[in-house]
Formats: sequence, structure tokens, C-alpha cells
Amino acid sequence: MTGNPEPIDWDGLIQRDRVHGSLYTDEAIFQQELEKIWYSTWVYVGHISEVPNKNDFIKKSIGPQEVIMVRDRHDAVQLLLNRCAHRGNQVCMEHAGNRKTFTCPYHGWTFGNDGGLLGMPFPDGYKELDRSQTGLGKVARVADYKGFVFGSFADEGPTLEEHLGKGGRDALDRLVQTSPEGEVDITTGFLRHKCKANWKFLLENETDGYHPQFVHASIFNISDSAIGELYAEGTTAVARDFGHGHTENDLRPEFRKRGELLSWFGTTPDKLPGYVEKMRAAYGKEQGDEIMIDGAPHVMIFPNLFIAEIQMFVLQPLAVDETVQHVTALQFKGAPDLNKRMLRQTMGSVGPAGFLLADDNEMYERNQRGVAERRPAWNYLGRGLHREERDDNGYLIGDNTDEVTSRGIWRHYRELMEAAA
Amino acid sequence: MSAVAESQVDLELLAEVSQFLYYEARLADEHRMDDWEALWADDAIYWVPANGENSDPETQMSILHDNRSRIALRVKQLKHSKRHTQNPRSRLRRLISNIEIVEVAQDIRVEANMLVFESNMRGDTVWGARNEYTLRRSDDGFSMVRKKVVLVNNEAALYTLSFLI
Repeated sequence: MTGNPEPIDWDGLIQRDRVHGSLYTDEAIFQQELEKIWYSTWVYVGHISEVPNKNDFIKKSIGPQEVIMVRDRHDAVQLLLNRCAHRGNQVCMEHAGNRKTFTCPYHGWTFGNDGGLLGMPFPDGYKELDRSQTGLGKVARVADYKGFVFGSFADEGPTLEEHLGKGGRDALDRLVQTSPEGEVDITTGFLRHKCKANWKFLLENETDGYHPQFVHASIFNISDSAIGELYAEGTTAVARDFGHGHTENDLRPEFRKRGELLSWFGTTPDKLPGYVEKMRAAYGKEQGDEIMIDGAPHVMIFPNLFIAEIQMFVLQPLAVDETVQHVTALQFKGAPDLNKRMLRQTMGSVGPAGFLLADDNEMYERNQRGVAERRPAWNYLGRGLHREERDDNGYLIGDNTDEVTSRGIWRHYRELMEAAA
Repeated sequence: MSAVAESQVDLELLAEVSQFLYYEARLADEHRMDDWEALWADDAIYWVPANGENSDPETQMSILHDNRSRIALRVKQLKHSKRHTQNPRSRLRRLISNIEIVEVAQDIRVEANMLVFESNMRGDTVWGARNEYTLRRSDDGFSMVRKKVVLVNNEAALYTLSFLI
């Protein structure tokens, strides 16, 4: 960013039941979002299982910034930036691997995988350089919750636990307990699906329970999918705003009504006997069965981690009108029979050729072109305002098709954007 | 791969195979879904890998990995008016070139380069790939047992690829 940005009149952009179209198209707002959201708050980066061994690394991102997630030689996870401390060349060209050091190809400066400078050729040329203060750039704070690694470029601020809040933490707890060993593995590689749309269209859509019946009508109609009814009028499923920008579609009321193990996954226990047995052994029959009825969560952790029951999406904004979704199948530790099906289902659903996501992306791109039209200048997000209420935990909830989730996202967004730089 | 030595190229077979590949390409370009689907054998695999050319589709995400029944589902969805991403349809023309017959046994393995020009509401997109085909003789020409499309940029972020590639 250059200079002081024009102060933004937020009342003129975000109101109780509507948001202004320019929030998706204004380049200056996008630049402020990078500073106030992507380079300030906690952003999901990667999963601990992607760097299982000391010295493993893998390229990730925080917004447009490339980040190297590495398990350093002391076994600590670091988030390094791919920029030599000398003259800014890139020190790592591989997507993933195992290395103790990164050597810049330009002049041979070498850094340890904790980012510290180890040495350079012809060192007699440096008398004034403070080597202890010279190293690869780092993401200031790194923390993980249940194996999900987040980074924050801000030196200070809320802890990751505070950022997730009880709602975000509970959702991730629910996710990992779908594994008989209480852990998720990210091992199946990512598809990267790009679209010409602002990242917030994706963020809002992930827990928009109003669209599936329409956007996904083609696949629901031809495949006997039972997903559509979870997002139909009169569903007992609930849209929830956890605060902190995190939102979910809580489908458990529908699954509990059905009361059938693995109905959430569209299958039956006889198809996955190994998984059922292991879950009951791990959690006891009563709790194991409860988990297998409830299923994995459908939750959007602000601003970029979307868990859609069996798959994980990571949102990456590249420009005001360009966003990449990195998507993979979740794998539950100790559940090989379930994992195989999750991969197969995920591959059909998501990515550039997916039965579901190709249509979502089509909507994002049409949305982007739509809001560039001059009138009406606002998007209306008032669905269900008259019936939203607080649940027992104090979270705002509404009908599963209500826009209580979008409103929650925008409330948090505004708080972050209004905060002093 | 090692191509069949030049001196051993069966020009008649090459011509026959080439005509089939061009036909398959044209059906896909022109969205002639039923005719295209009819080319597939019952044990078909239609595969567009991600992240290189040799990832294991049983353990790694692919852009597309369809058996015969999923090919049928894909075509059925494409024919549905609510397959929004293909309504309106992409306008397409593709070139198939550098055709090499790799193996002639019970089935015939063929490789070729492909360049697809796509135009849709987003804009124009060019897709480049190395294609591998396994063809089987049938009563009326060939059937397609396997088609693998290795996109040159399959490690990068890609726009929606919802037409028949």
C-alpha cells in the first residue's frame, strides 16, 4: 500500500441487511483487506500431517504471499517466506521436500530451516552485517489447533484459540473425533481451482444454505442425492453464526432425526464394517454411534478454511477479482475403508471438473460480473432476519437457508476493517 | 514410452487411428454427448490427473477419474439444463497432433498432443495436454478403453474445466 488510504465510510457499505457491491470490486478495498485481514488475523496455512518428519517442507500461502511450511530440525513448525535476506532472490524452487537448509542460487547465502543465516561465500566481505538479525522472513506467529496450522503476520493480537472461539474449536473437535484415532490426515494432494471472482463470494457461499437446491439441481436430480433435502424449506438443520466470522450449517438435527449411522455420508454400516467397529472400540458404543450419526461438520473458519464434511477447501485471494480454492479429501486416521470412499466422492464433487464445484464457481464468476453493473448498488442479505435467535450457547441461529451466516461474516469483517491500522 | 520404430509404422493403422481420434475430438467439441459416450468400452477409465502425470488415482486427488458409470453420470449432468457451468456451453475447437502408436497388442495404445481453444462467458482459455488412449477393435471401428489427459499445467491453479476434454 502506498500512503494513507482514503477513509472508508463503512455505513455506506455494510448495513444490517445489505452490503454494497463495491466491496467485491474495489481495488483499494482489496488492498486494505490484505493489510487488515490477510496480513493481520489468523489465516489457515496447512496441516501438521503434511510435514510429518523433521526437515519436511511444503509450499503454502497466506493470501497472495507464498509461505514455506517447514518442520525444522528442532521439530518446530515454521512459516518461512521465500525471499533471500541478501537481495531478495527466491531460495526454494521445489513444491515440497525434505531439506535442512535453503541456499540462494544468486550469491550462495545459506539459511537453516528455522530461517536463520548459516553463512555465505567469501564472508570476509561483510564486517558490519549483524548475522543474528539476518535471516529469511517469517510469519510472526504460528500455532496449531488439532493439527491445523495457522499463521498470523501480526506480532501481537488475539491467540489462535481466541480467534477460533469456542464455536470454531468445537467444530474442529467434532471433525477430528470422526476419526477413530482423533486425528485428520491431509495426504491426498490438492486440486487448485481458480475463478474470476472476489474471495468473499466464496467465503459467503460456503455456508449459504439457500443455494444448493438451485445451483446443484442438476446433480441432485440425476443422482438420488439426499443432500438437497438438508437445504430445503422446512429442514430442521440450522445455520449458525459462531462469531469471529466463523459460520456453519449444522446438519445434525436432520441426521439425528434419521438416527442412522453414516447417513451423513450417504452410506450404511454394512458398507464400512471396519470403520464402525473401530469407532465403537475407540469411543464406546454409545458415543461412537452418536458421532457416526452426527457426522463431520460443515463449517467455514474465517477467512479461509472451509470444512465440508469430507473435504477441505482453503481460499486464497490473488486479486480483487481472482481467487484460488485449494481442495483436498480429508482422511481420517485409522479409517482406511472410509478414506477410500471419501477420496472417490471428493474427486467427483470438487475441483475444475467437479459435479458440484464447477457450478459454484460459475455462480461466483457471474456474481462478480453482476455486481459490476451499476444498479441496484446493494446485495440484500436480509433472509431470515425476523426469525433469527440465540441458541443455548448464545450463537445466532436461523433456518438452514437463512442468511444469518453471511450477516455474521460481514459483522466480523467490518470490525476488522474498521480497526485502526 | 518408446514409439514404434519409424520403419515399422503401419500407415494404414495410423490413418485409421487418427481418424478415430479426430472423430472423438469433434464429438467432444460439438457437445454430441450421446455419440461421444457411445465410444467408451464397458471397462473404460477417463482420467485427468493433477500434480504431474503419474499420481496414483487410488490415493491422490485427480481432476477427473471416471469409470464407465461415472462417465455416464457426467454426460447425464452435462445434458441437464441446470448444469450451469455448461449453460451456455463452452465453444470449443481442439487440435490433435503428433499422433504416435505406442503398442499394438490386443488393445492399441496411442499418444498424441492436444491443444484446445475454449471460449465461454469468462473469456478464452487455451488447454494444452499430452493424451494417452487405449483403443479396442470393435465391430464398427474402435472403442475407447482408456483416455488419459495430462494437462501441461496440471500443477497450477486451473479455471473450471467442465466440458468433455
